[in-house]
Amino acid sequence: MTLHQIAFAAVAAVTLISAVFVVILPNILRAALFLVFTFLGVAGLYVLLNAEFLAAMQVLIYIGAITVLIMFGIVLTQQLMGARIRQATQVRMVVIALPVVLIAFAGLAKTFIRPFASAGEHVAAAPAPVDAGTLHQLARMLLQPYVLPFELASLILLAALVGAIVIAKEEKD
Amino acid sequence: MPEILVFLLIKLILVIVIFALWMTMVPLLIWLERKVIADIQVRLGPNRVGPFGLLQPIADAIKLIMKEDITPALVDKWVYGLAPAMLMVPAFLAIAVIPIGGVVTIGERSFALQIMGLYRGPGLFVPELDAGILLVLALSSLGVYGVVLSGWSSANKYSLLGGMRSSAQMLSYELPLGVALVGPLLLAGTLRLNGVVEAQADYGIWFIVPQLVAFAIFLMSGTAEINRSPFDLPEAEQELIGGYHTEYSSFRFAMFFMAEYVNMVTISAVAATFFLGGYRLFFNDIVWLQPVWFVLKLMAFLYLFIWVRGTLPRVRYDQLMKLGWKVFLPVALGNLLVTGLVIAFSPANTILVMSIVGALLGIATFFGLSYAIVYGLRRRRPESERRVVEPTRAGVSE
Repeated sequence: MTLHQIAFAAVAAVTLISAVFVVILPNILRAALFLVFTFLGVAGLYVLLNAEFLAAMQVLIYIGAITVLIMFGIVLTQQLMGARIRQATQVRMVVIALPVVLIAFAGLAKTFIRPFASAGEHVAAAPAPVDAGTLHQLARMLLQPYVLPFELASLILLAALVGAIVIAKEEKD
Repeated sequence: MPEILVFLLIKLILVIVIFALWMTMVPLLIWLERKVIADIQVRLGPNRVGPFGLLQPIADAIKLIMKEDITPALVDKWVYGLAPAMLMVPAFLAIAVIPIGGVVTIGERSFALQIMGLYRGPGLFVPELDAGILLVLALSSLGVYGVVLSGWSSANKYSLLGGMRSSAQMLSYELPLGVALVGPLLLAGTLRLNGVVEAQADYGIWFIVPQLVAFAIFLMSGTAEINRSPFDLPEAEQELIGGYHTEYSSFRFAMFFMAEYVNMVTISAVAATFFLGGYRLFFNDIVWLQPVWFVLKLMAFLYLFIWVRGTLPRVRYDQLMKLGWKVFLPVALGNLLVTGLVIAFSPANTILVMSIVGALLGIATFFGLSYAIVYGLRRRRPESERRVVEPTRAGVSE
């Protein structure tokens, strides 16, 4: 096993184990806490794939903003203290969910593995990038070929923002 | 010896040296803070332990660690124990990307005086971390968890209020903090901190001149982000006893205390790197002396933070939120827009144009805000619109 593989095994283990805990823990705040570790593990996977920018963004957005918001919601709805809100994971639901997840996973695997398998030969042939400069490439990609999806995503976020404000305002009156 | 071992050895030495630098800064800072505040308040400050009271922080630390570690009966023990670590670990990790000096060459190997920095040796090349400053911002956003979890798990209303206030504050001020840094980043053209320092040396000017507005916003948002006075609402002693760490004692309290000071050193280090030219002077000097310049610039910012704490009164919570969202964020975005326009339309002498425009923008913002504040104070809200802020909701409303 190379150093890279050991690191991958460790990061993947952290991600998977904490993901399981998110689902099975009865205390909802602790579940949210394990969601943080799951996202940290995903960020670690990005680092192992040489996507440092994506990893930093994962931490900044998913951990630094979204999960904080979830936790904020939990803490504020629990009437100041105590762990009264509990999540119930029923065995029946797991039985229904399992085949759905497996089919989805098989589809994803089929989609992703094939192009990479053929691309692998080209990657192996090309010399290893010394200083990939992924950030500059990413910026060029986002602002030249993919500028329309990029701007559309911002527009959707803006719409969501405005919608949230509208909902919050109506509640006040 | 294989190259990878040399690499690890050099990195280990760097980790120890830089970590030691930060850990010496913390007790020094505690001593300095007490002395300077005492001086501002016309007192003597600590002067019993050691010369000039220099050993006072060590005496404090020993006293703190010897105390009983109390866990109150109703707390969520698991989260309660984890919270201080969740505050301290990100604070320490952020040190890894701060460059304390330039690239050193020994024989055929050269490396940057930075933990996650460049390394070049025979058969091994490790570039500097591409994400750079984003890592500092990401880790500083992780610090929120320590605060909100300690507040929640303590089973204490004051702690919870402190935790809520702090998480809202830190979330709000992350935005202007990050946006303010984009201005200098645009001028430097890289996210790497080493690159930012070298860009300032290449231009021959510190970014504090062309990015005056960004500097002001960064410094003030940074003060709020690390919960320093005048933005220390989360632990406002007069209102919340001790805020989110009310229930903590002994070593766990020491961890909160330490994290706060480590964050303060880190934010000063980022400010020195982005706006005061980091470890570089205006001319090429000896690489081994560069950490000295860096520490001097760092100390200037630390002194500024202490000075501000000794001089300014604490703001009210709604003022704090208004300031963050309605003043700092729009001004930071405006500065970003202006910087982008200058870079796009004046590629030849960007820095000169930016310095002039930046100074004008700074003056305009200063007078505009002063006018708005004075005008806003004079024009009070009509009686019907005014309402009493309930103390229990003060931390979350507005």
